[in-house]
Formats: sequence, structure tokens, C-alpha cells
Amino acid sequence: MRIKEHPILGFKPRETIKFTFDGKTYQGLAGDTVASALHAAGVRKLSESIHRKRPRGFYCAIGNCASCNMIVNGAPNVRTCITPLEEGMDVRMQHGKGRVE
Amino acid sequence: MKTTECLIVGAGPAGMRAAKRLLDVGAEVTLIDRSDMLGGQLTKQTHMFFGSEKQHASKRGIDIMQLMIDEITNHPKLTVINNATVVAMYKDRVVGYVIGEQYHRIQAKAIVLAAGASEKAIPFENNDLPGVYAAGAVQTLMNVYGVKPGHKVLMVGSGNIGLIVTYQLLQADVEVVKLIEAADSIGGYLVHASKIKRLGVDIETNMSVKRAIGKDEVEAAEIWRLDEAWQGIEGTEEIIDCDVICMAVGLAPLTELLQQMGAKIMYVRELGGNVPIIDKDHRTSIERVYACGDMAGIEEASSAMMTGEITGLSAALDLGHAVENYDQEVARLRQELANLRDGPHGEKIRQGLKKLGVLS
Ligand SMILES: Cc1cc2nc3c(=O)[nH]c(=O)nc-3n(C[C@H](O)[C@H](O)[C@H](O)COP(=O)(O)OP(=O)(O)OC[C@H]3O[C@@H](n4cnc5c(N)ncnc54)[C@H](O)[C@@H]3O)c2cc1C
Ligand code: FES
Repeated sequence: MRIKEHPILGFKPRETIKFTFDGKTYQGLAGDTVASALHAAGVRKLSESIHRKRPRGFYCAIGNCASCNMIVNGAPNVRTCITPLEEGMDVRMQHGKGRVE
Repeated sequence: MKTTECLIVGAGPAGMRAAKRLLDVGAEVTLIDRSDMLGGQLTKQTHMFFGSEKQHASKRGIDIMQLMIDEITNHPKLTVINNATVVAMYKDRVVGYVIGEQYHRIQAKAIVLAAGASEKAIPFENNDLPGVYAAGAVQTLMNVYGVKPGHKVLMVGSGNIGLIVTYQLLQADVEVVKLIEAADSIGGYLVHASKIKRLGVDIETNMSVKRAIGKDEVEAAEIWRLDEAWQGIEGTEEIIDCDVICMAVGLAPLTELLQQMGAKIMYVRELGGNVPIIDKDHRTSIERVYACGDMAGIEEASSAMMTGEITGLSAALDLGHAVENYDQEVARLRQELANLRDGPHGEKIRQGLKKLGVLS
């Protein structure tokens, strides 16, 4: 789901960054946040809501709403829309309040 | 605990311009932002700006942003803290922020709040499904990260943001199936609307979303016609094939931090919701704490720059710096703001500011 051509923005080639989501290996690009890398890979469901286990994705993408909370390197409730992606990151879907497993 | 003379929260146009004014008179400034770049909303605005000539109308948002960044970076008296979210503010001007898992504190002699706004949502069944995204999020995904939000978008809201993001979706080669608006007329500038109509986007007024359809993410939307009281009319439902429902239904100032601090707040619908009570020089009810930009009332980047400048100047003055030609400078900025808020499109803002008591 990457934009290939754009009339105004020149997206320069960027280095790839490897990370895992629920144990599976994925690739993002330098400059991505965790959420943008997942979205580019077609992953839109990031967590399940606390009580009714409803699927949640991001909403604001700028750190306002906490709708994108996931477990990153073991820490729950990380706002993945403003968390820069790093090589080797361990990203997991958050179920409910995000107890550390 | 770290200390600083003036802490600015938010590095959008308002915060950056306030910083510039403070640095110009020799103040020491710490600029803090939760994102990893400077620019605020401007980081994703690839379109030519509307607004006054002096405030760079007809330049692209991203280019205006670069000008502002260049004005302040490498200034010896400026400290920039990125990836840092302010989470707590106290009356004695101690501010708590987090970087990753780490909590830090900083004490400031003056604080300028320029944290911008958050996007509103509207209630409908399944509005929490992945694929229901705020317009700003869609814009961020495309223009900052180069990622398409989906393949087929239903745009909700015909203000300038809805119209502009529709155009930007088309530029990124994403289909916009339809743009719907609950009111009986288009909210934004007609030039923007004509442009997307020419590109084949269907705009329909008196319409809203009844529900999003899908199990784990948006697979379609059901829309319906609204009556005069904005109630959905049974029997007018229509299914739209889309994987994104993009909400461009307005912004609300981010005033939680000020409320936490005990600053006086007032609800002013015309300014987007709860706004801090400020005086003409952007002082809040707490000593040496100021608010500007969208956070003090939803307007646009041009006005955010000017209110940022006025705020920077008044903070500089209160901090005891000699500000050359203060009166003339502030008068000039006020006049420019008045020009910008003139005419029918400024009517709402003028009304809001009157309620707030800063415009007679
Ligand atoms: C699609 C779209 C198109 C637009 N087009 C135009 C146009 O053509 N012309 C025009 O004049 N205006 C336009 N605008 C409006 C303009 O972008 C905004 O009015 C302007 O950016 C507001 O500036 P600001 O500095 O007040 O806030 P922002 O630009 O929102 O900046 C606020 C900053 O504060 C940071 N922040 C928030 N909370 C915290 C916290 N707790 N801790 C740390 N940092 C925090 C944010 O990360 C952000 O960087 C448009 C807006 C949108 C969404
Ligand atoms: S999507 Fe709103 S905080 Fe991340």
C-alpha cells in the first residue's frame, strides 16, 4: 500500500527495517512509525477493545487518541502512531488493557 | 530538575513563530513536541495555502514549514526536545513529559502552549472499526509516510479539510467514491470543491453515515439522507463500496493540559469547543502561561503564525526583555489578523472571539 508515484512529493528510496508483529517478520522503511509500517503491510487491526473485544485501528495518527495502543518490546499501551520503527522491534496486538505477559 | 526560561509546548506554526520572537529578543527557549519532527499540521500539507499574501498564501504548507524551521534551528539559545509528550502541568510551571517510558520534569519561567487540536468524530454504528480514520490521519499516512490509507474512500465532511484531503487522495492515486456532507451546502471554498468535482468526485449534501460495515475492518459503508433536523430518513439508505471512511468533521482545541493546571476555560462553539480564556495578548488566567494557535480557537495556519508571534512578544515582555517597537509590532500583527478574519469566512471566528471577550 505504498504510494509509488506522486506529483508533489518525491519519496526517496529508504532503507528497510525488519520487525516482528505477533511473531511474524515484517518489513518497514526508515522513517516509518510502527503503525505506518503495519498499515503499509496491510495490517489495520492493532488491538482489541477492553470490554467488548472490538477490533481497533488508529484514528488520529498524531498521538491524541490512544486508539493505536499496542505492546512494543514488552511494554503495553504504546501509541504506535508516533513511535518510530526500529530494527528488530517486537510488536504485538494488545488485547484489552495490555497486561504484560 | 531541568529549568528553562520559556517552554513552548507544540512545534507547529504557532509554537515556532512564538519561539522566533522570543529568540529574537535574547530569551532562552525550550521547544517540545511529541512528534519526531517540527512543523505540526504543516508537515503533511502539500497543497498551496489559502490565507494572506504576507503569511505565504499560494506557497505549499510543507515549504512554509521549512522556512519557519530554518529561521530557528541552530539558534544557540534554542533547545528542541522531540518525541516528548507533555502529560502533566502544574501551577508553579513545572511540566512533566514522557520520552518512551521515561518521565522527565522541567520548570519554566513562562510557558507558551501551542499544542494544536484533535480531530472530532461523529457517532454511528461501528465507528470504531479499523478503516474509520480522521482526515488528518489519512493525510499523515500519505504525505508523511508515503502509505495509502486504502483503495476506496468515502469522505465525510465538505469543509476545506475534507475537500483538500480528497484532492490529496486523488494525487496519491486512491479512489474517492463519494464525498458526503450533513449540511445543505458545501462548507469549504468553492474553488477547492470545483477542482475535485472536475476530477469526477461526486459531492452530496444532506447526507451522513448510518453505519460502517465489516467484521475486523471497514468493508463498506451505509449512508442515508438527512432531514432538516439532521435526522436520518428511513428508506434512503445506500451502500457504498469502500475500505476507508475518512472523517473530516472538525477539530477541537487540546485544552486538557490547561484544565489540569487550573486555567479558566470557556465553551465557545464557534472556536471549536473548550478554549482557554485569554486576554488580547494571549495570556491565560495563570501567570506567565499563554495559549496560541489552534489551541486557543480553531482557525488556520496563517492565523496560528500571527497569534504565535503576538504570544511570543507578550511573553518576552513579561519576562523582562526589552522588545523594540513592541506597540507598533503588536498593532501591525493585530491588523493583519483582522484582515485575515474579515469577510464571510471569518464571521464564525469573529463571533467566537467576541464571546471570549477579546474582540469588541
Ligand atoms: C487538511 C488540512 C488542510 C489545511 N489547510 C490549510 C491552509 O490551506 N491554510 C491554512 O492557513 N491552514 C490550513 N490548515 C490549518 C492549519 O494546519 C492549522 O490551523 C495549524 O497547523 C495550527 O497550528 P498550531 O501551531 O496551532 O498547531 P499544530 O500545527 O497542530 O501543532 C501543534 C503541535 O503540538 C504538538 N503537541 C500536541 N500536544 C502535545 C503534547 N501533549 N506534548 C508535546 N507536543 C504536543 C503536536 O505534535 C504538533 O506538532 C489545514 C489543516 C488541515 C488538517
Ligand atoms: S491513532 Fe490516535 S494516538 Fe495513535
